Amino acid sequence: MALAEFRNIWKTYEMGDTLLHALRGISFTLERGEMISIMGPSGSGKSTVLNLLGCLDTPTRGQYFLGGRDVSKLDDDALSEIRAKEIGFIFQSYNLITQLNVIENIEVPLYYQGISEHESYERALDLAEMVGLGHRLGHVPTELSGGERQRVGIARALANSPLIVLADEPTGNLDTKTGGQILDLLTKLNRDGVTMIVVTHDPDIAAITHRTLRLVDGALVQ
Amino acid sequence: MIGFQLKRMLKSGWKSLWLHKMRSGLTTLGITFGVCSVIAMLAIGTGASEEAQEQIRRLGSQNIIIQSVKPPEGQSASDTRTARLSEYGLTYKDEVRIRDTVPGVVQTVPARRVRQNIYRESHRLDTDLVGTVPWYAEINNATVLRGRFISRVDMEQKAGVCVLGRKAAEVLFPLGDAVGGTLRQGGLRFQVVGIVTAFQRGEFGGKKLAGDPNSEVYVPLTTMNLYYGPNTMYYAGGTMSAERVELHELTVQLDTRDRVRQAEAVIRQILTEGHSKEDYQIVVPLQLLIQAQKTKRIFSIVLGSIAAISLLVGGIGIMNITLATVMERTREIGIRRAMGAKRKHIIAQFLTETLLLALSGGLLGILLGIATPLVVQKFAGMRTIVTVWSLMLAFGISAAVGVGFGIYPAYRAANMDPIEALRHE
Repeated sequence: MALAEFRNIWKTYEMGDTLLHALRGISFTLERGEMISIMGPSGSGKSTVLNLLGCLDTPTRGQYFLGGRDVSKLDDDALSEIRAKEIGFIFQSYNLITQLNVIENIEVPLYYQGISEHESYERALDLAEMVGLGHRLGHVPTELSGGERQRVGIARALANSPLIVLADEPTGNLDTKTGGQILDLLTKLNRDGVTMIVVTHDPDIAAITHRTLRLVDGALVQ
Repeated sequence: MIGFQLKRMLKSGWKSLWLHKMRSGLTTLGITFGVCSVIAMLAIGTGASEEAQEQIRRLGSQNIIIQSVKPPEGQSASDTRTARLSEYGLTYKDEVRIRDTVPGVVQTVPARRVRQNIYRESHRLDTDLVGTVPWYAEINNATVLRGRFISRVDMEQKAGVCVLGRKAAEVLFPLGDAVGGTLRQGGLRFQVVGIVTAFQRGEFGGKKLAGDPNSEVYVPLTTMNLYYGPNTMYYAGGTMSAERVELHELTVQLDTRDRVRQAEAVIRQILTEGHSKEDYQIVVPLQLLIQAQKTKRIFSIVLGSIAAISLLVGGIGIMNITLATVMERTREIGIRRAMGAKRKHIIAQFLTETLLLALSGGLLGILLGIATPLVVQKFAGMRTIVTVWSLMLAFGISAAVGVGFGIYPAYRAANMDPIEALRHE
């Protein structure tokens, strides 16, 4: 059984009288342990796919199976729970909460899962050390470099041992060297068993993934 | 779930507010002011009303006080020998009639006043000599400090004795030990047999009750009539004038409060029949008491309304600031939602902040609300009473404001589209 499956997914928006199809009948599967990339020009629907995969949105038509369960028509509370337990997000602009320090940022998904204060702290500590930020625990995002911020993002994405990690242009705001370090970290995590989808426009990044899905105007092309 | 995370929610809410100390502080000002004014104004109002009611009670809610009032010039009785003898006021006949006719009368206390200069050796006191009866002290709640008050024997013998009010004694006998001393007035001699102290009668409902009891000198009424005769001479503004007043004051004590209304009606009738003009005024403390309580109620309602309005304004302030804060933190809300926050988590987060804001403001308002009446009491000399229920009311209202005005911004925050929110700014 595939870890995640899109079955004939459509996403349509109503703009006045006209219908705008962001995704047209997309189907694909994701196996456990894979690291795949999604490529396409802007407007191709990459963000929409990511939002659907991450349960931030639901498809207009079609089915999305996550961990064998159809999550296409769940309500907001159910989707939030899935996001808390099964999904990890890594954003291009890091999206850390500026008032919280490194440890606290990593703890956020654990808090919404209802994990106790003590347990969250221990787990966040482990993850911070794993991404190499054990010495920067008390710092707030403004005191961190871009690369360090993304590491926090990665640690946070792994906090609740998600089914899949979704990375949206993870190195988009970083210089080549730091970007390389982050990619190394991601590939290492994948080798350790983390299933990952990376959305990117950079073919070099796509090259290091197992498979690449190409999107053009809302449809998958070969 | 929400309960178990309460401590963490409060901690992070407080941290959030503390980050913007200035903004948070200014926001709570409205609540602080509203709460402070509720408590302070209620305290001042309650104190003032209690004081007024106590004064009225001291006059005696079972008493009716009738005073002689000098009618305006040109209405004096026709039985005059000179153009400047004014004859007016209550008479012994009135007292007898009232005592015999009014139902429920326990006793009547007559008093006559003569204003004079009293001397003791070189000390002089310009005061009222009050000729009255032994039970005058009891009905006016006067306490005998030294010696005794006028006695029945004094009355029968028309003894030349007097009792001094506390202040009068201080002026005439500054070195103390007034009892046994002798006072002079013209050719008359009075021996001091006691010192009393009593509460001031003051002014009620526009009617002034004469006399500061502590500066007066009391003599037996029979003695006064013997020594001074029916007419009293006054020298004022370059002319001599005389007045003929039998009694300046008559206090009627009834057995129960219920009798008062009827008694007043009967007294009024007696006096109207017996007098050709209105040369008297009737003061009914019970009526004043009821009036005072009514006034207090209205006062509280007015104050309450003002305070409610200021709390409303304070609440609107909180709502506005929180709305702005929510807008500012759109991205953060999106991030939290992406991390798995449900709508109710977001609502709880922001509601906690507004509640903390409102309660902090309320707490500060309570502290100020307790301090302000104390300051007023110290510097303005007014009695103030801070009641516990006003504190509880104020606190409860701040909490309600915090929740009530925080719901809308929290709701707005929770219903943001996470995807849009993440794109924001």
